Amino acid sequence: MSKANLKPPQVAAAGNKERGGAGMRLGGLLRKEFLQIVRDPSSIAIAFVMPIFLLVLFGYGVSLDADHVPVAVVAAAPSQDSADFLAVLQGSHYFAARPMASMPAAEQALRQGEVSGIVRLRSDFSRQMRQAGGAPIQVVVDGVDANTARLVEGYVDGAWSTWLAAQAARRGGTLQMPVDLQPRIWFNGELKSRNYLVPGLVAIIMTLIGALLTALVMAREWERGTMEALMVTPASMSEVLLGKLAAYFALGTGGMLLSVGLAAWLFDVPLRGSFWILWGCSSLFLLAALGMGLTISTLARSQFVAGQIAIIATFLPAFLLSGFIFDIGSMPPVVQFITHLVVARYFVAIVQTLFLAGNVWAVILPNALALAVMAAIFLGITWRKSRKRLD
Amino acid sequence: MFQRILALIRKEFLALLKDPKSRAVLIVPPLVQLLVFGYAATFDLKEVPYAVYNEDRGLASRDLLARFAGAPSFRQVAEIRAEEELAPLIDARKVLVAVHIGPRFSADLEAGRPAPLQVIIDGRNSNTAMVALNYVRSVVSRFNDDWVDRRGLDGPPARLETRAWFNPNLESRWFFIPGIVGMLTLVVTMLVTALTVAREREQGTFDQLLVTPLRPGEILIGKTVPGLVVGIVQATAILLVATLWFKVPFLGSLPAFYVGLVLFLLSGVGAGLLISSLSATQQQGLLGAFLFMVPAVILSGFATPIANMPHAVQVVTYIDPLRYFLVILRKVFLEGAGFAILVDQFWPMALIGAATLLLASWLFRHRMY
Repeated sequence: MSKANLKPPQVAAAGNKERGGAGMRLGGLLRKEFLQIVRDPSSIAIAFVMPIFLLVLFGYGVSLDADHVPVAVVAAAPSQDSADFLAVLQGSHYFAARPMASMPAAEQALRQGEVSGIVRLRSDFSRQMRQAGGAPIQVVVDGVDANTARLVEGYVDGAWSTWLAAQAARRGGTLQMPVDLQPRIWFNGELKSRNYLVPGLVAIIMTLIGALLTALVMAREWERGTMEALMVTPASMSEVLLGKLAAYFALGTGGMLLSVGLAAWLFDVPLRGSFWILWGCSSLFLLAALGMGLTISTLARSQFVAGQIAIIATFLPAFLLSGFIFDIGSMPPVVQFITHLVVARYFVAIVQTLFLAGNVWAVILPNALALAVMAAIFLGITWRKSRKRLD
Repeated sequence: MFQRILALIRKEFLALLKDPKSRAVLIVPPLVQLLVFGYAATFDLKEVPYAVYNEDRGLASRDLLARFAGAPSFRQVAEIRAEEELAPLIDARKVLVAVHIGPRFSADLEAGRPAPLQVIIDGRNSNTAMVALNYVRSVVSRFNDDWVDRRGLDGPPARLETRAWFNPNLESRWFFIPGIVGMLTLVVTMLVTALTVAREREQGTFDQLLVTPLRPGEILIGKTVPGLVVGIVQATAILLVATLWFKVPFLGSLPAFYVGLVLFLLSGVGAGLLISSLSATQQQGLLGAFLFMVPAVILSGFATPIANMPHAVQVVTYIDPLRYFLVILRKVFLEGAGFAILVDQFWPMALIGAATLLLASWLFRHRMY
């Protein structure tokens, strides 16, 4: 679609020479939009600088994988058994163990946020180990960040199993766990959170680019009175809209390619699906995102209000309701319904699947269809609301 | 002088609230968003959809599956009979977890051999996968404990006794709602401040303001007060929703919360005015608002802990006012903190606020177009 619009005006106009037809008018509008883009560098900055800045910052900065979590260790009377257990804790890169003299000192450290957890072995640890029921290992985690707390619990659990297995091996046996859980994680075997956060970020950043590029353009024409000037030209309103859409679509496609390229090459996120399908879906998404910006711009009519709506309606919904970090399936039904109004939701599902799983049509088709519907709705609203009339 | 400033503040409020669309945007969405986001933002999984592939017909496998069926966090959506049926279910995101019990599961258990239980998890969202795996692990370990008890076997020589402070049930909603309060407050300050100077610049009224007897400092006060007032009112409404509707405990000191809020608003308003006075057009102001707001939210430790970030990025977070405000919110809400513990969070925000506000007022006169 964009390709057809990008034809040089003289070629497109060739069939309609005497009156300077639709092609020529569109060519002129396109030229005007491109000049406006080039002369206010902020649009170029939105399309190219913002993706690089945000992806680099977040690609390196955002991670849910806790490493070297500071944990206070209180072992009242060191013995061979407790030393073995602590050695396992210290050997794990998940922990940075900090020996503490007493429980009150450790609790104070936890309260001040210096450590995320406490592991305590009592003074009669060795004796209790040889009694029925076994010895307790007291674990305290800081529950404020529930997710990190759960990770720490899981890590301590892992260290404990390792230690049990080693103990059993020393006695010449193997650890007897009735059911031996053998988890396999598909698509992301090492559970690297970056592998799913970076494709999600591409979707978030594209939402912002799409909306930011167009949120003010219609309102600006209305506010400055140039919309009236456009109205008296032979160009129809659809052509004015098409000119804007095509120009910003080209710009947005550039930003999109940049983001995908950075995700794949800089951050080594595997792209298991087809690049061309990704391109196609991204184009649909870009249309929807640009359409959303145009809708905001058309309905608000003033740049100030359009800007306010763009701040409210784009970033936080895309960040929290798209499935980028929070699982949509676990939200209450009403909120799940609301997530269907968030364009980024469909694109996040597509990019996470295309990057990590491959060409799964069962995911791609319904979501791509939803993107097409959203794009049609937004562009339709814009088209209907921007008739040639003055209120 | 006071009258001049008062007149300017009056004018700023009028500019902000006169337009009914702008008024609606300022009041309704933050409250609606708190309600929606409050329910959305949690890492706890509910009704994890799972598939069962049971090749074993023994009692033990049925007992184990009954435990999955009885757990409130799991919901069985499929039972498959062949290995090939599994991949399409997971690929299409129909199930998150698949439990595969081999043909000799019960026999192995009865004979005292370790019985392997294969669990396949969709890792596209690795955090969800990890949480789901933890749920599976707790079901299996309870099964193991009961099995050992019933058979009178030797248990392990040591056991873990875990407790979580401040949030005993590890409800992640308690962690996120204070964070959302901070994020929405930041958004409100951006709404009020990021475009004001840019709009006046674009329309030429800022030049008129500059030739009045008002000094830059006075203009600054006039532009700051609306952001502060709207921010305090909104944050109070949001706080009420968080405590009364979502029942997040508020254990700490209310005065400490408001001191933190005012300092945070000053730094947010300062950043917004700085962006606004740097930009010549509202388009540039909007871009600046996003270039500040998005990193401020993502690097604040709202969803991904700052401790997990590489060192260089951690240094960057020191200039993020939201980082300090989130610590205050969480400590005041959940840990019952008072002034003494929070001083370390107060002064960096005061510093950021002072620096950005001074720079913005300097730019009023020194950046002309």
